[in-house]
Order: sequence, then C-alpha cells, then structure tokens
Amino acid sequence: MSAKQQAPAYALAATFNSPKDIYKAAGKVREKGFTHWECYTPFMVHGLDKQMGMPRSKVPVFTFMGGITGFFTGMLIVWYMNAYDYPLIVGGKPYFSPIYPFPVFYELTILLAAFGTFFGMFLSNKLPRHNHPVFAYSRFAETSDDKFALVIEAIDAKFDEDETKDFLKKIGGKRITLIREEEG
Amino acid sequence: MSASPKEKAGAPAVFKKIQPAEWSEPALVSNGRSFGWITDKICGIVESKTPKWWWWCFIVCLGICSYLGVGLFYLVSTGVGTWGLANPVNWGWAITNFVFWIGIGHAGTLISAVLCLLKQRWRTSINRGAEAMTIFAVMCAGIFPLFHVGRVWFGWWLLPLPNVNAVWPQFRSPLEWDVFAVSTYFTVSLLFWYMGMVPDFGVLRDRAKKTWRKYFYGVLAMGWRNATNHWRNYEMAYLILAGLSTPLVLSVHTIVSFDFAVANLPGWHTTIFPPYFVAGAIFSGFGMVLTLLLPLRSIYGLHDLINQKHIDNMCKVTLATGSIVGYAYSMEFFIAWYGANEFEGFAFINRAFGVYWWAYWIMISCNVICPQLFWFRKVRENIALVWIISIFVNVGMWFERFVIVNTTLANDFLPSSWGYYSPTVVDIFTFFGTFGFFGLLFLLFIRFFPLMPMSEIKAVVPEADPHGGKHE
Repeated sequence: MSAKQQAPAYALAATFNSPKDIYKAAGKVREKGFTHWECYTPFMVHGLDKQMGMPRSKVPVFTFMGGITGFFTGMLIVWYMNAYDYPLIVGGKPYFSPIYPFPVFYELTILLAAFGTFFGMFLSNKLPRHNHPVFAYSRFAETSDDKFALVIEAIDAKFDEDETKDFLKKIGGKRITLIREEEG
Repeated sequence: MSASPKEKAGAPAVFKKIQPAEWSEPALVSNGRSFGWITDKICGIVESKTPKWWWWCFIVCLGICSYLGVGLFYLVSTGVGTWGLANPVNWGWAITNFVFWIGIGHAGTLISAVLCLLKQRWRTSINRGAEAMTIFAVMCAGIFPLFHVGRVWFGWWLLPLPNVNAVWPQFRSPLEWDVFAVSTYFTVSLLFWYMGMVPDFGVLRDRAKKTWRKYFYGVLAMGWRNATNHWRNYEMAYLILAGLSTPLVLSVHTIVSFDFAVANLPGWHTTIFPPYFVAGAIFSGFGMVLTLLLPLRSIYGLHDLINQKHIDNMCKVTLATGSIVGYAYSMEFFIAWYGANEFEGFAFINRAFGVYWWAYWIMISCNVICPQLFWFRKVRENIALVWIISIFVNVGMWFERFVIVNTTLANDFLPSSWGYYSPTVVDIFTFFGTFGFFGLLFLLFIRFFPLMPMSEIKAVVPEADPHGGKHE
C-alpha cells in the first residue's frame, strides 16, 4: 500500500449518475480549457464526443484504403490468372473484361474495406492495450455498468490537484477519486 | 420523443389548433428497466451456473452432430455417389442444403446492418443472436459445396492459389463467384459480430471474479475502456460495417441465385431469381431467428428485452417477405406462360403437377399461406403459434430450394434423359447432423458470449438521451 501511495498521480476522476449530467459537465470542462481528459460511459452518449470537442473519426480513411486495395486486387488476380498467366477460353468470352468477374471485384472490395474498418477501429483506438492506468481506478468497473465517469489527467497543463477537485465538485461530479499510476 | 406535440419546440403552429392525437410507441425495453438491470440480466446468463437444460441440449446436439461426422466420413471414404447423386440430378440435397443454410444466414446481417442503417432501434435486442445464427448457418452451408466437390482434399483449388497443375480458377463461372461471395460474407459477418461484442466483453471482464474469466474476456475485450474516444471510433466503424454489409448481404444471395440463373436451364434461367432469392433468404432467416429466440426468451425471462413490439416487427417482416416470395412464385408462372417458351412452360407445370408435386405444395402451404396468419394481431400475440409458424417457414424454405434444384434437373429438355432423385441415408444423416452442429455452436454462444448487446440496449432506453428527447 505504501508503494502505491508513492506512485505519481495519474488523474482525478468523478462519477455522474446520468448521461445528461455528464453531458453538461463535459461542456464545462471543455470551456475551462482542459485538453487531457476523457469520459468513460457504459454506452455511446449521443453527441458527447462533439460536446468534448473531439474531431470526426479517422476510421473512414482506413475503410477507403481497404476498399481501393480490394478492388484493384480483384481486377489484378482475374487479369493475371485468366488472361496473362494461363489464358483460358471459356464460352467464347473475352480473357479479361471488367464485366464478367464483377462479383469478384465487388466482394473483394467489401472484404478488404471491412478489414480496413475493423483494424482501423482498433488502430485509431490504440488497442489492444491491456495496461492503461485508468484500469487502476477503483470505480472503473462501474463505468461499464451504469455510472458515467469524467477523468482529468495530471499531465494536463491546467491540472492542479486541489483546484481540479473543487472544479469537479462544482460541475456536479460525485465520489471524486485520485487515481495513481500503478507501480511496475 | 416523449414530449407531447403541443410542447415540442419546433412543432408547426397548426398543431395548436388541431391538437393531433399522441402516438405512443411501445417502449423498446419494457417496465422502465435501469442500466444496471440490463447489465445484470445479460451478464447473468453467462455468469450463472450452467443450467441443467443446457447440458441436456448439449448432449442431444452432440448426438445429432455425430450423424454429420459419420455421414461425412462415409462419404469421403467411399465417394460422392453415396449422396444419391446420379445423372441427371447431380445437385440433389447437397445444393438444396447449401442454399437453405446460407439463406438462414441472411437475417443476421440484415438485422444488424440494414436495420441499423434504417435506424430501426428495435433491432438491438435481437441482433447479437441473429448474427451468431448467421455465422453458424454459413458454417453449416459451407460443408455441402465443400464435400460436393467430391475429393474434399482438393477443396483449396477453389481458391486462387498456385497449384501443381498451373491452372487457375475460372472466373467466368458463377460457382467461383460464389466462393468469393460466401467466404467474404462469412468473414465480414464474423468481424461485425466480434466488433459488436468488444464493449460487452469489456463489461464481462470488469465483472469477472474468477481468474480464467478475467483472462478470457480480458483478451477478447482487447483492453476496451469505454472511453468516449473509443466509442467515437467504434460507432463510426460500426456504421461503416453496416454500410458495407448491406450491399454484401444483398449480393451474396444474388450470387447464390446466379448459380441457377446463369445456367441455360428452364426454370432456372430467369431474371427474377436475385430479388426473389434475397427475399426468400430474409424470410427464412427471420423464421429461424423466431425459432431460436422465442424459447430463449422464456427460459431466461427476457420478456422486457424482447417484448411484443419486437415479436410483432419480426412477424411483420416475415409476412412481408413471405408475400414477396409468394408474388415471385406466381410471377414465375406468369412469365413462363407469357414468354411462350415451351420448355419453360413445361418446367413450371411440371413443378406444380409433375413427379415432385408434393414438394411444391408443401412449399406453397408453408411459405405463402402460413405466414399470412401474421396479419392477425391475435396470432402475433400467441407466442406458441408464432413459434410453430416459424418452424413451418423453415420447412417451407427448405422445400423451395429442393423444388428449384430438383424439378429442373430431373426433367429437362429430353424425356429420354429424365430421372428421379431420392436422397440416400447418407444424405439424410449429413443434413440431420448439421442441425446438431448448428445447435452445438449456438449453445456454446449463449453460454460464453453476451447474448444481447448491452451497450446498444442501454442506448435505446429513454434515460440514455442526454437531450431528453429534444434535438439540439
């Protein structure tokens, strides 16, 4: 325990009981000018990301890259296999045409776009990561059940343990807790 | 949403004068359940002691699944002829079963993707189970074409991989398109299913008491933290996957129908096949969703999460798609007559009154007549009856594929080459066994994975809206 108390502070956390409360509080935290803070909620609270001033997600970029790759891969394999490497005459149809193997391009476009989206989501969220300091928060498990937590990190330029604590209390935060980084 | 029209800020002034009646939508989660209740209810299914019925079902399914093992073992060691396939019918039950299972697999993606894009919020209670059903049904479907190739150890020749013969797959064939369509469908459905479960695995990880649970769900949750930054990317990815899956789900059964429609055979060579197959797939998929979820609802007491509104909606989709299928059946007959091709005309008369007349009329009664009962509210509210009708839908859709595959192949252009196909005991064993295989996978799913998406259900509860129903 004593080792834990020595550990540097990671953040101050406060919980809220409803999406409405955290939505309002998030607006105030943003107005105050904090930059390193995060809301932990059991589901996507509608509009909370905009309220926190977050930009639009980058996932569509990955989707697009995946889709383009899939489309050209499809084209390339059909051309290479049926027209270049081993030309096959079937039913008097051309060796290569963008029409007949359309289902192949189509499915590969979707397949790789889906992979792009899937991995894009994990990459933009910097997951998998199993050792985040917020897991040391004693009330973390409640945020996946029915509590809404607002966490202001100590690295924020405006962070000051006592002042921030008062501020969180003022904006309606309950059960304010100091999260310490775990040793080791 | 709950505000009366009079109070609504943006309501037209005329509302004050005419005072329109308030339309109360039934709640998606009945009895005003809290967030905590939803978590406890759904996690409870996974966390409680394994119930006795589960073990009984598991043992029965294992027994049924062994038929699949025996059937396939005998087939591989003897030859594909043991499947009752002989000229002129070389597709028989194998392709019937393939189309049957892949059709069932369509409701999952339809529910998760198409209904997501259409903002049908009632989908949240049923989408996880339906997606699981999709994945397991596609696995069952894949068995048939894979073993139908005869020498299953050469199955990998279907893929565009270099082999000693230096010959590549032939991309003009709809059967090759099918390889791409079905494997893409399986993979994308799996990604969609897994991604949807990541936040719920996080919940199970946070609640876990036993070490193995912490590790098992911890690894699956990938370190998910419920952060708004995570949700933001997750929601975007989910929406995009829904957008990608929608054309996918429509294309897969379209391409399956190309297996038939591209062939120059009477009864198959019709342009109505793609939309008609897609509607039939959705029809059979919803039938199977009802068959699976209604018993689970009563066993686990999920009446607040799958309430009458959900059942009503599923019944209505079944009714609508069943009617589309009925329309397609009659349109096929009309075109066969209107097209004035004697072979085409014969194919359809033969379907209804030829040697396979019995299969045709089972199909008509199960697919066209049976779901019409869903017009009546009394029927939709009678859960036992809904369940029985859903079974009829499944049976009817199997017969639809049987009729399409076999009537055309058995009686084609030349009467001298006609034949009559009957399944062998190996066919029956194999098909019967796939139900055990499907059941096993589904039982494992309900035991270890979250049956419903908790985060999505919490988000459709009225308290979840930070704006209290008003859009800012």
